[in-house]
Amino acid sequence: MGSKRQFRIWRGDETGGDLKDYTVEVNEGEVVLDVIHRLQATEAPDLACRWNCKAGKCGSCSMEINGKPRLGCMTRMSTFEESETVTVTPLRTFPVIRDLVTDVSFNYEKARETPAFAPPADVAPGDYRMEQVDVERSQEFRKCIECFLCQNVCHVIRDHDENKPAFSGPRYFIRAAELDMHPLDARTDRREYAQSDMGLGFCNITKCCTEVCPEHIKITDNGIIPMKERVVDRRYDPLVWLGNKIFRRGQVPQTSATSGHSSGAVTSGGTHGGAHAHGGGPHVGGVHSHAGGSHDSAAERQAQQGVNWHREVPHPTAPAVDASGKLPLTELTFNKAAAPSPFGDDVTFPLPPEHLNFAHPQQDEPKH
Amino acid sequence: MTETRIERHHYDVVVIGAGGAGLRAAIEARLAGKKTAIISKSLFGKAHTVMAEGGAAAAMGNVNSRDNWQVHFRDTMRGGKFLNNFRMAELHAKEAPQRIWELETYGALFDRTSDGKISQRNFGGHEYPRLAHVGDRTGLELIRTLQQKIVSLQQEDKQEFGSYDARIRVFSETTVTELLLDGDRVAGAFGYYRESGEFVLFEAPAVVLATGGVGRSYKVTSNSWEYTGDGHALALRAGATLINMEFLQFHPTGMVWPPSVKGILVTESVRGDGGVLKNSEGKRFMFDYVPDVFRKQYAETEEEADRWYTDPDNNRRPPELLPRDEVARAINSEVKEGRGTPAGGVYLDIASRKSAEEIRRRLPSMYHQFKELADVDITREPMEVGPTCHYVMGGVEVDPDSGAAYGAVRGLYAAGEVSGGMHGSNRLGGNSLSDLLVFGKRAGGHAATYADQLTTRPAVSVAAVEAAVETALAPLQRDTGESPYQLQQDLQAVMGDLVGIIRREGELEDAMRRLAELRERVAKVSAVGTRRYNPGWHLALDLRNMLVVSECTAMAALERQESRGGHTREDYPAMDPKWRSVNLVCSLDGDAVRLTRKPLPKMRPELIGLFDRAELAKYLTDEELAEFDALTEEANN
Ligand SMILES: Cc1cc2nc3c(=O)[nH]c(=O)nc-3n(C[C@H](O)[C@H](O)[C@H](O)COP(=O)(O)OP(=O)(O)OC[C@H]3O[C@@H](n4cnc5c(N)ncnc54)[C@H](O)[C@@H]3O)c2cc1C
Ligand code: SF4
Ligand code: SF4
Ligand code: FES
Repeated sequence: MGSKRQFRIWRGDETGGDLKDYTVEVNEGEVVLDVIHRLQATEAPDLACRWNCKAGKCGSCSMEINGKPRLGCMTRMSTFEESETVTVTPLRTFPVIRDLVTDVSFNYEKARETPAFAPPADVAPGDYRMEQVDVERSQEFRKCIECFLCQNVCHVIRDHDENKPAFSGPRYFIRAAELDMHPLDARTDRREYAQSDMGLGFCNITKCCTEVCPEHIKITDNGIIPMKERVVDRRYDPLVWLGNKIFRRGQVPQTSATSGHSSGAVTSGGTHGGAHAHGGGPHVGGVHSHAGGSHDSAAERQAQQGVNWHREVPHPTAPAVDASGKLPLTELTFNKAAAPSPFGDDVTFPLPPEHLNFAHPQQDEPKH
Repeated sequence: MTETRIERHHYDVVVIGAGGAGLRAAIEARLAGKKTAIISKSLFGKAHTVMAEGGAAAAMGNVNSRDNWQVHFRDTMRGGKFLNNFRMAELHAKEAPQRIWELETYGALFDRTSDGKISQRNFGGHEYPRLAHVGDRTGLELIRTLQQKIVSLQQEDKQEFGSYDARIRVFSETTVTELLLDGDRVAGAFGYYRESGEFVLFEAPAVVLATGGVGRSYKVTSNSWEYTGDGHALALRAGATLINMEFLQFHPTGMVWPPSVKGILVTESVRGDGGVLKNSEGKRFMFDYVPDVFRKQYAETEEEADRWYTDPDNNRRPPELLPRDEVARAINSEVKEGRGTPAGGVYLDIASRKSAEEIRRRLPSMYHQFKELADVDITREPMEVGPTCHYVMGGVEVDPDSGAAYGAVRGLYAAGEVSGGMHGSNRLGGNSLSDLLVFGKRAGGHAATYADQLTTRPAVSVAAVEAAVETALAPLQRDTGESPYQLQQDLQAVMGDLVGIIRREGELEDAMRRLAELRERVAKVSAVGTRRYNPGWHLALDLRNMLVVSECTAMAALERQESRGGHTREDYPAMDPKWRSVNLVCSLDGDAVRLTRKPLPKMRPELIGLFDRAELAKYLTDEELAEFDALTEEANN
């Protein structure tokens, strides 16, 4: 049943190290963590590796297997060719302690900075009433096992230690989203906070985090994008503003952005209900251009064939504005080193064609 | 030893363990204004509690309004075969609902009923749907909620004092190896940082043990590397006592095949939601194993059992929902009689009973886990399951109200799986998570009060610290001994083969002999490498704890000549009322384990009055029954 397999495992500590070769017996039905345990029991008793549950529930055994961030206990050996050498390295984004163990304290610091749940003042314990559909949105994010694979893979900090102080990372964006969508959370500034203090603006929706999440949490689609959209709803959004100028005489479809901020949706009571209708279900006729596709393949295909004002694409991250809706005058009051772009910090010009709601009718048929 | 650097900290309350019990205790101590430390062997939020799936039992009566604390109390006592400390079972049943509701104020999001309350599900041994749950990841919700509550307290402290760590600090990946005493009072705890191997000393007048269980001493177990019985052993060495160590719960349905999922549990809610057990002949065999005590509550035909899922008020429950020891024993007999699967288990089938979509909705993480880990699709094929070491009922003998350890030590508290008494000889599913909250809070609160009352702080003696350093470094300095992994494997073999689910006198005596041999080998264990994150060294240090706790289990199992709950003696297959009123208590006499008998506390009249005479007759001796009759007569007059 068993066969000999080749492994290369990074051994070392913060002063350096290298990949060491091991030949190990592997049995049918085993996972990478089983192999590491076998090594510990035989050739390498001091091989350092975290684990707890061996069932994909605790998020301890995060490592990079053939360069991919994975849980060691959830990576079946049968997914590799018999002849393949399996390379196991520690998470790259965090400092190495020893072998496969890294210093993940960054994440715990960010967790500590994220404002906690604020219980509603006037509801006694035992009197909390919530609908299943309403809690499900937040429950998706509460599935998180804190494996930090998403944090590890995010390019904003993966090779950019300098971004770490200002960027909380996808794990904590969904924590903010979870609280934002919590039916009874008393705080109403979760998204603003994510934007101003957690570095949500750094995220340009590459979706790498979603891809590696072992819990299959839709970090970007269900967490980050709705937060970005709703942050922008209440802010100066240059393209919405531009649209209003052009279609002044009412041809413009009502957008959540235009209807939203002028009528002051920032009041507490209304936001929760409004936010929910907005976040989960289809958007209410929001028309926005650029900054990434809408991830809705039908709308994308249509959009490729001409103007489609109903394609829903994520909003750009507009800069923070003050109470009067103006850009901050000085850099001192702003959270970045330079003045904000009036078009949103994640927008570059010229806009890439796929971020426009117009495409030439004779353009090539899309690949998908 | 003078060159060894030791970091020192001063706290009012030190909580060892960051599972549900530890975190709840720490919250309480901090709320009482005490400077509190939380110590944990793994990272913050990874403790074993994270793995609990099914739910937390609390008689909130949200789904069936007939549920109340008396019914929950009765179920708990029944499940524990009347060996429970009744006062703990009472407090637990009364306080569990408040503890669950409180979690909501910390931000927990349980699944809801249609009227917006916390939903509750059925579970083996509980008369009504009682388990608050979140899909099948209730433990994760519980630990994350408590973790986030601690963060929120730290944020308050940051505002008030300028530092997150001002009043509550988490020391993760830190292992405590020794408790330090000043006379008979706790003075602190000594341990090492796993990451660096550096030593650390916590000076504190009150210590709460919340270190969980002992399952790593067994071959097939659902427990992680953390479960080496550290808290049990620390308590013993500090002069406290352990009770009920012979009672271990073997979860009836751990996966036995394929190997990547061996030991992983299939939650009981699979059975609660309609899953059935079948042997290799395809027979639904549980109907043959309903013990007399349960006949009245369980269905006799498949038809009646199946009706129960939709109409529980007019039908009796399916025998698949018998308490887990009964189910484990039934599976064991089927396998022994040659009707098991090739891997030595039986089939648990939900695929043929529920639609794929419904299975995925009700058991999402179970589905996901087996699909990813083993490529087993539980919506299409049955699972192969068998008994797995899961939970230890025994533990530190405590005062039921305060969680203070009995024995010759003051300032020591215990809560959660490491404490004993609450569950008697067998724990009901879901009673552990609520136990953590109820007694975690109590232990934390009483530890704080104790620390307050002290007029002088106990002092740590230098000699004791030096001895602790020496013990900790010994395996690294020896190169003549055996590998800790080999020793662990041998220990697991002894416990799994000889002190497992079904026990015999001869085998237990054999186990005692082998444990004595192992004790000498463990004393000479050596570890290679340095102090920096060295799992071999860590295991070498854990071994002595595993060993002493295993000795307690083997000794108590040999002593108790009856079968009850999590203790099954083939040579004494029946429950014996005379043994019901006896707790076996372990303590340390020098290095050796000493076993004594101690009578169980007597239930108060209004509590024993909650039971039928016919039911009590199965558990009580004739004298006890006569007493009960006298009581009822008195009440009727
Ligand atoms: C797979 C599985 C499923 C379960 N399902 C359920 C369920 O559905 N319902 C239910 O009620 N119960 C369930 N249980 C039981 C329940 O989860 C445990 O009994 C409970 O979580 C124990 O919690 P605890 O707080 O006592 O300890 P744990 O959560 O185990 O925490 C122990 C802590 O102590 C620390 N520690 C240990 N030794 C040391 C040391 N020497 N120094 C420092 N720190 C130390 C550990 O690091 C850890 O943080 C399940 C258990 C398992 C294994
Ligand atoms: S989507 Fe955003 S958070 Fe996720 S990996 Fe990409 S940049 Fe990072
Ligand atoms: S969101 Fe997913 S990837 Fe990120 S820490 Fe949580 S479980 Fe891991
Ligand atoms: S060991 Fe828990 S997730 Fe892998």
